[in-house]
Amino acid sequence: MLYNEPSPHETRILTRRLVYPQAEPIGYEQYAAQQGYEALRKALAMTPDAIIDEVKKSSLRGRGGAGFPAGMKWSFVDRKSPKPKYIVVNADEGEPGTCKDRIILENEPHRLIEGCVIAARAIGAERGWIYIRGEYRRMIETMDRAIAEAYQQGILGANVLGSGTRFDLYTHTGAGSYECGEESALLESLEGKRGNPRLKPPFPATSGAFQCPTIVNNVETFSAVPDIIMNGGDWYAALGAPRNGGTRLFCLSGHVNKPGVYELPMGYNLLRMINDVGGGIRGGKKLKAVVPGGSSCPILKAEECDIAMDFDTLAKAGSMLGSGGVIILDETTDMVKFLYRTMKFYAHESCGWCIPCREGTAWLKKILERLDAGVGVSKDLDMVDQLAQSMFGRTFCALGDAAAMPAMSIIRKFRAEFEERIRSAQVFIPAPETRPLVVL
Amino acid sequence: MADLITLTIDGRKLKVPAGTLVIEAAKQAGIEIPAFCYYEGFSLQAACRMCLVEVEKMPKLQPSCTLPAADGMVVHTESPKVADARKGMLEFLLTNHPLDCPVCDKGGECELQDMVFRYGAGESRFTEIKYHQDEKQWSPLVYYDPARCILCYRCVRVCDEGLGVGALGLTYRGVAAEITPSHGDHLECDECGWCIDVCPVGALTSGTYRYQSRPWEMNHTGTICTHCADGCKTTLSVRNGAIIRANNRDRSGYNGEFLCVKGRFGYDFVHSGERLQSPMIRKNGKLEPVSWSEALAAVATKFSEIKARGGKFGVIGSTRTTNEENYYLQKFARQGLGTASVDHHRTGDVPALIDALSGKTDALAAMADLYQAKAALVIGADLAQQHPLIAYQLRANYRHHKMAAYLVNPGASREEQYAKKSVHAPPGKEMEAVASLAGELKGHEDLVVIFGASLRGEGVRQLVSFGDTLGIPVKYVCLVDYSNSRGAMDMGLVPELLPGYRSVREAGMEPGLALDEMLAAKDLDALWAVGANPLESAELASSAAFVVVQDLFLTETARRAEVVLPAQSAYEKNGTVTSVTGEVQKLKAGAKVMGTKADLEIMGLIAKEMGLNLGIWSPDKVFEEIRRTVRGYNIPLPVVATGGAAQTTPVNGRVPAMPRPEHIRPSGDTLFTSGTLGRYSKRLSSVMEAPGELFKG
Amino acid sequence: MTFSPQLEAKFADLITHYPEGRQKGALIPMLLYAQDEVGAVTPEVIAEVASRLNVKPVEVEEVIGYYTMLWRHKRGKHHIQVCTNLSCMLAGGEELYAQVSKKLGIGHRETTPDGQFSLEETECLGACSWAPAVLVNYDFHMKMTPEKLDRLIESLGSKQ
Repeated sequence: MLYNEPSPHETRILTRRLVYPQAEPIGYEQYAAQQGYEALRKALAMTPDAIIDEVKKSSLRGRGGAGFPAGMKWSFVDRKSPKPKYIVVNADEGEPGTCKDRIILENEPHRLIEGCVIAARAIGAERGWIYIRGEYRRMIETMDRAIAEAYQQGILGANVLGSGTRFDLYTHTGAGSYECGEESALLESLEGKRGNPRLKPPFPATSGAFQCPTIVNNVETFSAVPDIIMNGGDWYAALGAPRNGGTRLFCLSGHVNKPGVYELPMGYNLLRMINDVGGGIRGGKKLKAVVPGGSSCPILKAEECDIAMDFDTLAKAGSMLGSGGVIILDETTDMVKFLYRTMKFYAHESCGWCIPCREGTAWLKKILERLDAGVGVSKDLDMVDQLAQSMFGRTFCALGDAAAMPAMSIIRKFRAEFEERIRSAQVFIPAPETRPLVVL
Repeated sequence: MADLITLTIDGRKLKVPAGTLVIEAAKQAGIEIPAFCYYEGFSLQAACRMCLVEVEKMPKLQPSCTLPAADGMVVHTESPKVADARKGMLEFLLTNHPLDCPVCDKGGECELQDMVFRYGAGESRFTEIKYHQDEKQWSPLVYYDPARCILCYRCVRVCDEGLGVGALGLTYRGVAAEITPSHGDHLECDECGWCIDVCPVGALTSGTYRYQSRPWEMNHTGTICTHCADGCKTTLSVRNGAIIRANNRDRSGYNGEFLCVKGRFGYDFVHSGERLQSPMIRKNGKLEPVSWSEALAAVATKFSEIKARGGKFGVIGSTRTTNEENYYLQKFARQGLGTASVDHHRTGDVPALIDALSGKTDALAAMADLYQAKAALVIGADLAQQHPLIAYQLRANYRHHKMAAYLVNPGASREEQYAKKSVHAPPGKEMEAVASLAGELKGHEDLVVIFGASLRGEGVRQLVSFGDTLGIPVKYVCLVDYSNSRGAMDMGLVPELLPGYRSVREAGMEPGLALDEMLAAKDLDALWAVGANPLESAELASSAAFVVVQDLFLTETARRAEVVLPAQSAYEKNGTVTSVTGEVQKLKAGAKVMGTKADLEIMGLIAKEMGLNLGIWSPDKVFEEIRRTVRGYNIPLPVVATGGAAQTTPVNGRVPAMPRPEHIRPSGDTLFTSGTLGRYSKRLSSVMEAPGELFKG
Repeated sequence: MTFSPQLEAKFADLITHYPEGRQKGALIPMLLYAQDEVGAVTPEVIAEVASRLNVKPVEVEEVIGYYTMLWRHKRGKHHIQVCTNLSCMLAGGEELYAQVSKKLGIGHRETTPDGQFSLEETECLGACSWAPAVLVNYDFHMKMTPEKLDRLIESLGSKQ
C-alpha cells in the first residue's frame, strides 16, 4: 500500500515498479515479469569480489543513518573464516521522522530478498535474518509470504537458482525498542537478549550475529543492490552526488502540504524538497526549521535550508543526513515543546547500560518538561547545553549522542524562544506529576 | 612473554605486554584510574564511563578499561577534559541516588562516596524529583535497593561468570533499569552473598548485617571458615565479642573474595541460644550445670580410675578442631591414657593416596594449582555443592585459561556447563569411565585429578597407576569433607597411625579400635568425644561407659554423657587447620562466648588434674612441637604467621599401616548443610534452597 | 502449558531459524507470539518458553522488562497505540491520545475493566509522513482525525 501520491520530481529507481496506491504487494510473478531476480542471476555469474567492487563503485552509503559505504563494509568480512557468515537486514525502522523501509517491506518484498541473496553471494553467507520491528507485524507477514514464494522458486534454500550454494532467509520480529536499531543491539536482540549495544571492536564483520562474521545493513541499502548489479556501480553513482551514490527515500513529515515518502537523488536541495516535492509549507506559513534526517540530527534553521541533501554536505553544515526523515517545522512550532518531546523519546529508549545516557536523558527530560510547563529558570538553558555536552561523545553507543545533538542545536539556535517561555510565566505552576517511564 | 610495547601515561614511559588494557598498565605504574564497572577477572562492560581517559590523536575520550595499550600511545588520565568527564559522570550518578548516606548501610565503605569525595563536584545542579523504586527483599539474606544501584553489573558477573549460577540480570531500561533476581520477585541461587560484597554502593545489602553497625565500629579478624574442607579465609567483623559479618574483601586468603553461603553467613551458630556455656555433670540421671573445677575433677578422677584398672578407653577426635588439639588429643590418649583406640569421622582415603604416590614428588595439588592446571579430572564429586572453592577455582581456570574439565560422576553437576566431557558412572564403575578418557587426557600438558570418597583403598591405587600411564605431570586432590578432616588424619587421629603417617607400632602399640568398633564394644569403659557427635546416627553398645563430651551444643552424644564440657568453635580460638589440599592456615580468635574454653585448654586442664605431663597446652607451643615432630609439617612459619597457606609435604614413601577404608563415611553435606554444626545455623536452613541436593545439576 | 496447534507449528518452525545450539534467538518472538494468544506474558508463559528454549528464568525476566511490547498484565482485546512522537505531535497526536484516554477512561498501559481495550502512548510507529498514526493491535490507521478515531473506537467496541 502506498499512502501518498508520487511526485513528478522523483527519480524512481527503487520505487519504479510501484504504482499508486499499490493495493497489494508485488508478488513473485509480477516481480519476475519486470526483470525481477535478473540481477541475482547476473550476480551468480560474478565473483564475490566483482559484486563487492560494483557496490563500492556505486558509492552506495548505508541508508540507516550512519552512511557508512556499503561496499567497504562488505569487504571487511573475512570470507575465508571457517565460521558461517550471516546477513542481517535492519528493518527496525524507529528513528522519529522515518517511515521509508516500510515502502519496500509492504510493497516490494522481493526486491529486498533479491538484495539479500546478492549480498549473501558476495560474502558467502549461508543464512540471513530480516529483523523487523514488532509493530510492523503485517509487513512481517508480507515478507514471510514473499520468502515462501522465493523458496518455491528455488531462489532461497539449498541450491540458490542452481548455483549449488545454500542461503536461508527468515524474518525475526522485534518487540518494541528503538535501541535495537543500533546494529550491535539488534544482534543482541536477534540472539534473544536485551537490546544493549555491544562493545566494539569487534565489529559485526568479524563477530556479528551469533559471533559469526555478519553484515548488517538497512532495508533500503540491500534493496538498492539489485539495480546496482543490473546497471553497474558507475550508473548508480552518477544518479547522486560525489561519494553519495544513487537515490534515496526521503520521508517528508510535519508542516508541508504534501507529506509523503519520495525517492530523490542524493544531494537534492532541501528547499526544493520542501517547496517542489512537498508542496510548500502548509497554510502559507513561513518555514522555521528542518530536522533533516530523523530526530537525532541537529536542527537546521530556515536560513540554513538551502543545502544539498547528502551525507558530506550536511556533515559540513554541522548536521547529518541520517535516516532520511525530514521533519519540516513552520513558524508556529513550539520549539520548547519540540525539544521536550524529543528528549522524552530518548529517555524512554535509553537502554540504561551506561551512566551518562541513562541519567543524562532522564535529567534533560525533566528540565525540559519543566521548561515546557513554564516553570523554567534562566540557568536551565545553559544547563541543558552543558548536560548534553557531558553526554556527547562519552556514552557507550551513539544513542547518547543522538539525544545530545538535538538538545545542543535546538537550545543554541532557538534560545530566545526558551528565554521568552521563562519570562512569560506569570505564576509559579508546579511541575506536572511525572509519569514513570516504564509502567511495571 | 608477549612482545613489550611502550606507551606514555601521564608523562611516564611504560613497557607493557601488547594488548594490556590501559587501566591495568596505569595500575602497574601506580596510576589509579577510577572505575566502578571494571572488575579484575570478570568480563568488560565499559558501562560506568568513569575510567575515560584522553588519548592523543583520538578525538573522543576513551574508556581505559577496554582500550588495549598500543605502541607509542600517549595517555592522559588527569587532564582537564578527563576531570570534567569524571565530575560529569558522578553528577549524573548522584541525580537519582538517594544521597541519604547517614542512614545508608554502606556508609563508610561506599565506593561512590569515596569517588565523589575525590573527584566529584561540591554541589549538585539536580533539582528535579528523583526517580525512585522501593527496596525489595530477594531472600532472607539478600536485599536490593534499586534507588541506590549504579548499575555496574559486578553482581551480575560474579554470579554468572564466577559461580555459573546466573541468578541476576538486568531488567527494564533507561533510568528505570534495575537488577532483577532469577525469579522476578525472589532469588533462587547459591545464596553466597558475593553480590553483596562486590556491590560498590548500598544497593545490595545483607539480610544479616544490615543496620547492625558502622564498619569502623567493628574489629576485623581474618580466620579460616570452619565448615567444609576448602579452607577459605573469612574475615570476621566483630563487635562486643559478637560476629556480625563475615566476608573476605581484603582477598587475604587463597580464596580471594570468594566465599560460599557457609563462609559468609554460616557463622551464626556461634551465637546460637543453644550454645553450652557451663560444664554439666549427670546427677540423678540429669545433666546439671556445675563449675569448671568440679567437672574437670570428675573427668580426671574417673579417667585415672579406669586407667589404673586397665579399663577400655575410646577416644574420638574432631574434624573441626585445630591441628594442635588433634595432636594433643592423640598424645593424651596414647601417652596419657595408654589406649590405641583413637579415631575420628573419616570422609576420604588420604592415606591411600599418600601411599600410592610413594616415590613421587610434587604430586599433591595445592589450591592454586587448580587455577593453573591445563586440564582437570573430577571423579565422584558434586563440587559446586560440596567444595565450592574448588568449583570456583576450576571455573575461573576455565574462564581465564580455557582449562579442559572432564567429569566422571554418578549424576549431573554444575561443572557440566563448561566441561569438555562428562561421563555418568555409578559408584564402583568410575575407573572404567576414567579409563575411557585416557586418550583425551594424554593430550594435555598437565592434569589435576580430584576424587571423592567413592574411590578408596585399591581404587585410589588404580587411579594413581592410571595417572602414571598418561605420561604427563598429574597432581591429585583427595576430597575430605570437614574444615580439618585432613589435619585430623595428619595428626594421627586413627587407630593405625601416629602423626605424620607413622605406624603406632613404632610407639610400641598395636592399632586399637576404630570409631564404629568403639561404639559397638560392649565392654567399653570410657568414651571421650572431643568435638564429635558419633551417636547422631549410632547407638553406644556399652551401657556402663563413662562418656565425656567436649562440644558447642548438647548433641545426641552429649545427651548421653556423664560430663559435658562447653567448648569453643574455630571462630573463638587460635591454632592451625589443614585444608583439603593439605595447606596449613592459621585460625585467629574473633568472637567470644562466655563460659566456654578451647578444647586444647580443656584437655590440658584434665591432664593437669590427672597429673600427666603432656607439655604446655598453648597453641603456639603445641604447633612448635608439631613442626618439630610431625613429618611434613616443618612448614615455613612466616607464611602461616602472616595469614598465608603453607602446603604440607607428607612422607614420600609407603604408609606403613593402612587405616581401614571401610570406616570412611562421606558426610553427604550440600551447600546448605554442615554436619551437626549446620543444624545450629538458622541462616543456612532459612533459605529456600536448603538443604540442597547432590548431583541434581 | 499448551498453545494452539497453529502457534505450536509456528514455534516448531521458529526454532529451526537459528543456528544449532543458539535457539535462544527465538525467545523474543516466542514471547510476543505467545502473548498474542494468551493476552499477556504470564508466569506460565515465562516458565514454558524458558523450558522450551532451555534458558534460565532470569534471561526471560531481563527481556520482558526491556521490550515495551511485552506485557505482564493483560492487554485489551483491542490494544490501541497512539503515537505522540515528533511528526505525530505536530499533527495532533497528543490530542488524539487524550481523546482516547478520556473516552475509554484509561491511561498509558492500562486496560478497561471489561478487557476490551487497552491504551498506550507510543513512540514513533514509523508512519511519520502520514501522521498522526494509531495502531490497533497490528493494524495501522493513518492520517487520523478526532472524528475518524471516534468512529474507529465505536466500531471496535461494537465488534465485541
